[in-house]
Amino acid sequence: MTRVFVSRDLAAKSVGADEVAERIAAAARTAGADVEVVRTGTRGMLWLEPLVEVETPEGRVGYGPVAPEEVDGLVAAGLLDGAGRSEGAYLGPVEELPWMKRQQRLTFGRVGVVDPRSATEYEEHDGLQGLRRALTMTPAEVVEEVVDSGLRGRGGAGFPTGIKWRTVLGAEDELKFVCCNADEGDSGTFADRMLIEGDPFVLIEGMTIAAYAVGASEGYVYLRSEYPDAIEALTAAIVTARDRGWLGEDILGSGLSFDLQIRVGAGAYICGEETSMLESLEGKRGMVRAKPPIPALEGLFGKPTVVNNVLSLATIPTILANGAAAYAAYGVGRSLGTSVFQLGGNVARGGIVETAFGITLGELVNDFGGGSASGQPVRAVQVGGPLGAYLPVEQFDLPMDYEAFAAAGAMVGHGGIVVFDESVDMAAMARFAFQFCAEESCGKCTPCRVGAVRGVETIDRITAGVDRAENLVLLDDLCDLMTDGSLCAMGGLTPLPVRSAVRHFGKDFGS
Amino acid sequence: MTMEVTDSAPVPAAGRPQRVRELAAERIRLRGPLLPILHAVQEEFGWISQTDIPVIADVLNLSVAEVHGVVTFYRDFRRDPAGRITVRICQAEACRSVGAVELGEHARRSTGAGFGETTADGRLTVDEVFCLGNCALGPAVQVGDKVHGRVTPARLDAILGEAR
Repeated sequence: MTRVFVSRDLAAKSVGADEVAERIAAAARTAGADVEVVRTGTRGMLWLEPLVEVETPEGRVGYGPVAPEEVDGLVAAGLLDGAGRSEGAYLGPVEELPWMKRQQRLTFGRVGVVDPRSATEYEEHDGLQGLRRALTMTPAEVVEEVVDSGLRGRGGAGFPTGIKWRTVLGAEDELKFVCCNADEGDSGTFADRMLIEGDPFVLIEGMTIAAYAVGASEGYVYLRSEYPDAIEALTAAIVTARDRGWLGEDILGSGLSFDLQIRVGAGAYICGEETSMLESLEGKRGMVRAKPPIPALEGLFGKPTVVNNVLSLATIPTILANGAAAYAAYGVGRSLGTSVFQLGGNVARGGIVETAFGITLGELVNDFGGGSASGQPVRAVQVGGPLGAYLPVEQFDLPMDYEAFAAAGAMVGHGGIVVFDESVDMAAMARFAFQFCAEESCGKCTPCRVGAVRGVETIDRITAGVDRAENLVLLDDLCDLMTDGSLCAMGGLTPLPVRSAVRHFGKDFGS
Repeated sequence: MTMEVTDSAPVPAAGRPQRVRELAAERIRLRGPLLPILHAVQEEFGWISQTDIPVIADVLNLSVAEVHGVVTFYRDFRRDPAGRITVRICQAEACRSVGAVELGEHARRSTGAGFGETTADGRLTVDEVFCLGNCALGPAVQVGDKVHGRVTPARLDAILGEAR
């Protein structure tokens, strides 16, 4: 039997992967060929989607992008045997493509490779090794392993994950929680979604290790309502995990009890902020809490709570399976391990790239991304989401490193990179940053709630040429106030895109 | 907003309060059950009526104001019926870089409905959304449950034509 792989990831489906999978199955039936179409996650080479891979003795051979109407022709040319080298869509062995070969895929090692619904395939591809090893250690040893790995929170803030766990482990309480923040609302970020759709068991395994390490018995995944495919994938995986004894009572015969629930958000961006997420999980308006107390001590329902991002938790199994040193061997300075960079926007070859920290912005945008999709020169990139800085091409030699980015007045954030070509109006983008903040502010603190509205008005006056110099000073002052006076990152970081736009692209503001 | 205070109390549809009570009661054992209940009500009825709120508040032993506050905080919860099909056009940065703003304007011209509005025939509700997680294949548009990538104005018209 020949196995043919087609992604069921939302991005692949958005350009016709379902239709391609159906056509292949139909063409195989017509040809009387013994073919199984396996639906995987995406490899993350999104410009090649729908990507079709065929299992051959030489490995998986790829074809992409394949439009539904091209399927019959490709099958006639020998697709089901991995043939058809003369066809335009033929890519050769997928693992040998430069885009794949240059990466170090630790967290995303299985995504695009396995059937995300298959617990058997998960185990066959090194799944559960991290959990099995963790269960042979004491909780404190697991926590120290995570500390030693250097893993920092992948949600954006970059706080050391192990330190957070140490605090929760040290908090004495009968009830503790592990919460996965899967409210990935930032434009240009899709790695959480891709991971949950492409390898949901790894998140379950990571959360279970976290629960064991800190002594938690219940876990919640706060998932965006905008991601129905991810909700479906994780729901199915949780059911399977319970059936297999990977969740519930006496996990893998270790005596550990831990169970997991999904909670679906309701379209509020601010709930990506950890304290807003906790309020929302409790069934309230998603308004930020002042810290202290920190969630590690008083989190969900006032109990000690680990709050980690999807990718942080999904990286834990790798760290436990291979050891902290193996993970920390990747990276630079205090940015250790690998990060999942997401290339989006106006980019020729968009997708995800997992490499060690230290790769430069230019390598990502030009070497991997191939420049803009439009063919016009790249003018700006926004790194780290809507609250991240806009950087000009002059800064493309910046290495992906939390400290190096901070020193340049920017942030790595969650590694999302959005590319803009020459047609971009940076004053309009700065205005949008304020507009977005005004729209999505929880309203609890004045600098964010009112400051963002004032910001839109001030930029409008600047671009209209009304008292331009004075209003630029006012804008600067407003940005200072929001940075210093906001309760959370929403108001505190909105000045980042605004100021970087003014600094690097001043002529768009009418100078 | 003041309209709600001065309007006479809305009359619930027959059978609806009982069903809302059941949906709430089925979820009361969850920790923090309010959002799951509101999602369940909206899933079944398509929107959350002002008359549902006191019922939910009663089941959860919350004040009507608390439940109202939560319903109005979240963008997902509709407080009036939507068209038969909802079209959401991403307006976030990544999609903007490849023409999402122009696509939104095109949608308004071709359907007559701006963001948050329903077409005169009641078939389509058009709205904006901030990120569907399809940032490398934008502009992204969600029609019903299906997300479409690389949507041009012409393709949007074709997709909407099929949907209607």
